[in-house]
Order: sequence, then structure tokens, then C-alpha cells
Amino acid sequence: MKYNSQKLAYWFFALSMLLLTLQIIYGFIMAFAHMGFDGLHEFIAFNTARAVHTNLLVVWILSGFMGAAYYIIPEEAEHELVNVKLAYVQLISLALVGVVAIIGYHFNYWEGRKFLEIPRPLDYLVVVNVLTFLGIIVTTLYKGKKRTTTSLVLTMGLVFAALLYLPGMIWFDNQTMDSFFRWWVVHLWVEGVWELIMGGILAFLLIKITGVDREVIEKWLYVIVGLTFISGILGTGHHYYYIGVGKTWLIVGGIFSALEPLAFLAMALFAVSMYRKGEKKHPNKIALSWTLGTAITSFVGAGLLGLAHTLPQVNMYTHGTLVTAMHGHLAFWGAYGMIVFAIISYTLPNLTGRKLYDSTTGLLAFWLSNIGMLGMTVAFGVAGVAQVYLERKMGMDFGDVQKEIEVHFFVLAICATMFATGIGFYIYEFIKYGQPSKEAIQN
Amino acid sequence: MLSKSQARTFFLGGTIITFVVFLGLSWTSLTKEVPKRTHEENLTADVIAGKHLWESNNCMGCHTILGEGAYYAPELTKVVERRGEGYMRAVLSSKVPWAPRSRKMVAHNFNEVEVEQLIEFFKWIGNIDLNGFPPKPDYKSTNNLK
Repeated sequence: MKYNSQKLAYWFFALSMLLLTLQIIYGFIMAFAHMGFDGLHEFIAFNTARAVHTNLLVVWILSGFMGAAYYIIPEEAEHELVNVKLAYVQLISLALVGVVAIIGYHFNYWEGRKFLEIPRPLDYLVVVNVLTFLGIIVTTLYKGKKRTTTSLVLTMGLVFAALLYLPGMIWFDNQTMDSFFRWWVVHLWVEGVWELIMGGILAFLLIKITGVDREVIEKWLYVIVGLTFISGILGTGHHYYYIGVGKTWLIVGGIFSALEPLAFLAMALFAVSMYRKGEKKHPNKIALSWTLGTAITSFVGAGLLGLAHTLPQVNMYTHGTLVTAMHGHLAFWGAYGMIVFAIISYTLPNLTGRKLYDSTTGLLAFWLSNIGMLGMTVAFGVAGVAQVYLERKMGMDFGDVQKEIEVHFFVLAICATMFATGIGFYIYEFIKYGQPSKEAIQN
Repeated sequence: MLSKSQARTFFLGGTIITFVVFLGLSWTSLTKEVPKRTHEENLTADVIAGKHLWESNNCMGCHTILGEGAYYAPELTKVVERRGEGYMRAVLSSKVPWAPRSRKMVAHNFNEVEVEQLIEFFKWIGNIDLNGFPPKPDYKSTNNLK
């Protein structure tokens, strides 16, 4: 760490870890409900657990992104963050909005729109919060000595992410219109601007860890984010096949979303080749594992498993089944969960001054969580494919099919336990590092 | 070999072009296709009230509609056609959790007006032209036919 204000990142990461823990607990509640054990139905019905699970995901990842930005921007711009006090207010208000929303979900206070369940009044607070965050980042960048490509791509991703939240706040009487614009937020986030944020963080990590020349890394960063947008923007069409818009989207969405894996493939090849090219071997092996891990797992989870059901002929049968949950879990984990873990693993030793590189706990965390998540993905996949054949091809009743596939949720819960154990080790390590200290500042 | 400024041009150019095409296609869809395919003229006050109920109770947290939502409870796009209004009235007005095969639905205990609004909403949803979704099961056993 070079600047005192970078310490702020730590608290965003801590909030991230806390929310992730809660997200996993609610995930287990749902897995058990799928097996037929819904003892909590009275207090936490499935729709509550589901809204909490997905919203916590979004908030912990955003909190991780914000922490990443508060760490990366001062270092790249060579300038302290402009208003640290305001940033702490922003942190606390983010946590408060999140907590109020999640409590509200237990009392039927929500907007039942997948991923965007936060009620409208709280949406406005989210907007104020994000604007404050962006204000601090952009002003720091403006006042800083340097504006590097990495920091610009990261900031651009954050600004667009904020702008794209707005279409989700418009009320439509027509469900088709509602769905159409909901995807402007959800799809253009996860298959568009979030990849910019991911790319920016990844480039920063590769510059630091491999020691490859910045110019080379940033050149390929442009190529990757270029591929992301060229495929991802029109790839939105894969959400428009069967919601009440025309057939043009079957062709446009089919072709461009089939190209989406290219961006992730480029990201994986980029990370691996920079690592092999790099002469400097950074001692932080754990951060390196997560950095290469996120590039490769996102290609498998977001790229390949997305491709598996993105063609209209396939999606006709898989749309609205557990196949989507299969893709969703490995995609979010690989692309966004792991990049947050990578930046945390890289920054913690720098923030706290303790060089716990290469610890057994850290490696266990990496392997257990990843193998666990892969197992969960397979369990969802088997359940989803069985559901597609029994329900959509054979015409069995929904409930009968759910009975048939209950067993796969036992497998899911076992793998999820493994995943959770890995996360437990990671958080244990996080706590062991202790809080950031001024003595860790190096010039 | 590719230079950094060429890479930047590729990124900016590609983004702008695809985004303009995307906006154009979206505009055509929303102004020309959606009103016809969704029968916007049938969007009555009841249908809209039904949509409000659908959202304010987070039905999407268990069910899917137009294939979107959660995978804990049945797809509801064609529910009127599949179950009929009588069955739907019973489920929606139930005071105890409706639990076919022991999987519980939240007991929403909707009043008569709300039940009708939801049914109107589902009727309207069921009439949208969805390019053939949900697919009709097409499995036919060929065993013992010969």
C-alpha cells in the first residue's frame, strides 16, 4: 500500500465477506426446501430466501468492486482519495440500505422483479450512494497525476454500471416491456460493464503479480473489453427469445451470444500467457491462484456453460429451468466472486503489512471452494437436464418432476458444504490478517 | 502487430456500432412488435392491478413467468389453459399454504377482487405471442406399436 486512504478498501472487503456468509446460509435454506425440508416456511418462505440470496450476491460483489476501486484508483492515479470521511459514510449507508432491504424481504416489502427486488424508495438511496462513490473515484482520478488505461477501464465500468441501474427503475404496465428493460440492467451488467470492472481489476493484478509491461497488458485489456461489448450488447437478445418480442432477436441474440465465450476465452488466454511471460514471480501465490482461477473459471462457467443453452433451439427447452441455475452459479462465482477474492488476497498483505503468502489455509480455501462450486454446478446441471427431459419433452407434471430430482439436491448440499468450508477457511484467514495499519505504507 | 491505439479503436468502434444497432433493434421491437404481440389493447385496469399484486408479493421468487423467475414452483405463463380458473381461485384464496406433493406455497389469502385481478393478469400473459414458448411436450412412445 502506498497511500493511507487505500485502507478504506479493507472495510468494503470485510462487508463483502459478511454478506457472502449470509448469502450462503440462505442458499442452504433453499437447497433444503428443494429436498422437501421446508421447516422455516412460516418465517423464511422460499421467495424470501431467494430474494435475499440473489440480492446479497449483488451487494457483496458490488462492495468488493468498490473496495477494489478504492484500493486501485489511488495507486494508479498516484493521489490519495479525495474525501475519505465521505467514503466511510458511503460504506455505512451501503451496509444500511442492504440490511434494511433484506429485513424488508422477510415482511413482504419488495418489488418482485428477479435481481431487482429492492423496493423503489430504497432504489433512490442506492442511486445517491453510488453517485457518492463515483464522485470520490472520478475526482481522485481527475486530481491524480496519471490516468492509466487500467484505471479508466475500471472507472468506465463503474460509471456505466450506475447508469444502467436506471432503466430498472421505470414502471411498465406491460410485463414484456418490464422484462425487456430489466435485462438492460441485469444482462448489460453481468455480460457487459461488470466484465469491464473485472477486466480492469484483472489487468491491475497481472501488472502487479507478473511484472509484464503495462503497455502490453493494457493493449490486450482493450481487445478483451472490445470483444465483451461487441458480443455482449447484442447478446442481450438471448433474453428476448420468448418474452413477447419479435423473431429478429432469435437470430441476433443467437449469433452474438454464441460469440460471448470469446471474450472470456481471451481473458483466460491473456491471464495465463501473461503469467508465463512474466519474469517477476510475486511471492503472493494465493493471489496468483485466484487471479488465474477467475480467468479460467469464468471461461468455463460464464462462457462455455452459457453457450450450452444460449442457442434458441436449446433455450426453448431450458428457459426457466434449473439449467439456468447451473450456469448462473459457476458464472457468478468464476467471473465475479473469484475476482473479488483475487483482489482481496492480493491487497490484504499490503494493507495489513503481514506477509502470509502461500499459507496452507489459503490454498485449502481456494481448492475446497472451487471443487465444491464445480460439484454444485454438476448437481444443478443433472437436475436441470432431467427436468428438461421429463417436464418439457415427456410432459410430466412440474411437481412430479421435482419429486424425481430431489436426490440431486442432496448432492448439491454436500458440495455446498465443501464450498462453504472453503469460504470458511478464507474468512478465517481474512480475520487472521487483522486490520490495516499505517505502518504498512511503503513508498 | 496490433498497437495499443488500434486496440482502443477496436474497443470504442465496436462498442459504439453494436450499441447503435442494439438501440435501433430495441426501438423497432418496442414500438412495432410489443403492442401487437402482447395485445396491448387488452391491458385493462384489472390486468395492471394483477401485475402489481404479482410484483408486490414476489411471485417470481418461486414461480417463473415468460420463463423468468425462480425454479421452485411451476411455470405460470399458460396456467389458465393448464389448470382453469376454478383451480386458480382455490389456490389464490387459500388461507393455509397450498401444498401439492407437500411443497408449500405462501398462503396469500387474496380477497375476491384480488383473485380476479390476478386471473385477468394470467389470461393476458397467456395470450402473448412467445415464439412458441413454452414448448409442447412431444415424446411419443414407439414401444409395442408394431
